[in-house]
Amino acid sequence: MEIIQIVGLGLVATVLTLVVREQKPMFAFLLATFTGLFIFLYVIGKIETVIGVLEQLADRSGIPSIYLKTVLKIIGIAYIAEFGSQIVRDAGQESIASKIEFAGKILILVMAVPIISVIVETVLGLLPIGS
Amino acid sequence: MNIDVSAIFQIAGIGIITAMIHTVLKQMGKEDMAQWVTLIGFVVVLFMVIRLLNDLFQEIKTIFLFQ
Repeated sequence: MEIIQIVGLGLVATVLTLVVREQKPMFAFLLATFTGLFIFLYVIGKIETVIGVLEQLADRSGIPSIYLKTVLKIIGIAYIAEFGSQIVRDAGQESIASKIEFAGKILILVMAVPIISVIVETVLGLLPIGS
Repeated sequence: MNIDVSAIFQIAGIGIITAMIHTVLKQMGKEDMAQWVTLIGFVVVLFMVIRLLNDLFQEIKTIFLFQ
């Protein structure tokens, strides 16, 4: 029952943040960031096994590893961008947060371009008129 | 995981104690010393947070980006 530990940790950290915010808002922000990082780090360790199983499945079904790599990279970018933008939004900088999200979307799009081009080429190869 | 939950309490404690020292020094009329205490406490906490952030980014890099 690790979820109970995490929820308890979150509640305690929230109370501490509220206490500190009265005196020093900077420390409250850093405390919230630290708690977020801690929980994230805790969960990321669990995902590792899931990724391993996914890799094994892709290996067995003969999918080229470059596709799986791209998908995993996209997931990683999404995690980091989401995390960063949420922390910045917590600090009240809405505009910087939306710029971080925008950058994440653009980078994911750039990563996905090779896959899209492969799909388009496959579809063109299927068409009888093209050949 | 080398950083445990007590770091959260450490940060909160540093924040409260720094606020207390700040208030006391202000009452004594040493404004500049109070500012320095706040700055040093902030840097210590920032160092802890940055180290954990580095850990997280390394983990994400090894898991998702295969580097």
